[in-house]
Amino acid sequence: MNAKSKWLSVLDVVSIAGFVAAASMVFFYAPMERVMGLVQKVFYFHVATAWIGMLSFFVAMVAGIIYLATHRTRPDAMKWDIVAVAGVEIGLVFTLICIVTGSIWARPIWNSWWTWDPRLTTVTIMELAYAAYLMLRAGIEEPERRARFGAVYSIIAFISVPLTFFSIRIWRTIHPVVIGGSDPSASGAFDMTPRMLQTFFTSLVAFSFLYGSLLWHRIRMGQLAAKVEQLKLRLSE
Amino acid sequence: MDAPADTLNYFIGGYGFIFGVMAIYLVSLVVRFRNLRQDEKNLEEMEEK
Repeated sequence: MNAKSKWLSVLDVVSIAGFVAAASMVFFYAPMERVMGLVQKVFYFHVATAWIGMLSFFVAMVAGIIYLATHRTRPDAMKWDIVAVAGVEIGLVFTLICIVTGSIWARPIWNSWWTWDPRLTTVTIMELAYAAYLMLRAGIEEPERRARFGAVYSIIAFISVPLTFFSIRIWRTIHPVVIGGSDPSASGAFDMTPRMLQTFFTSLVAFSFLYGSLLWHRIRMGQLAAKVEQLKLRLSE
Repeated sequence: MDAPADTLNYFIGGYGFIFGVMAIYLVSLVVRFRNLRQDEKNLEEMEEK
């Protein structure tokens, strides 16, 4: 197991500083929206977690493609399986935060915790598809078979990501669109002031650094888990 | 002009959930990493014997 890189320590510090800065801007700098009140501020981290969830599933898909392309020729191809698992796990955590914070925002704005709107439906399908990835993987003992299955699954499951992203642009929906303007039937849309925009983009950047840091740590953990699995196999022979 | 809606409770609930889940995930990473380190150490000792 490699020692912790000094670059990872630097990334950790930048991530924590960015996260504290973004949270401070949300609480103390961004103005209160004049109709929705304070709950509108959930929007900043709601969108940032949605971004990280989708980015993470994209990373898992790319890792799956690279694994399938290299597993016959390169003995170190298993590292891409470790990246894919890390991507899916982190994506699931952030997408869960996105779904629940969206529901909390919806209660006072839509007068309902949940509605089977196209965006809410597709994001739920996406979350469940990736939760199934982890559950199904856990049932396969042989590492190479598990990695092959995971790679194919992460590529197919990625269909749910653009479907979720474009759902509010394709179908009639009450979910507001942040970039590109909302459907006239959307409820809870608002125009962002310069301070709101600054807070929004700071949150996106802060969460991107945080994601880099978490992914790196999760990959290191995956490498250690692979080493432990190899040791167990050697001892059982 | 109407005052903004009083949605403080939902704001607290939203950020409470965000910070709570992130804290749980960070703790789970630390605990799993420590457990794996311990497993690695134990297995290496068993292999040496």
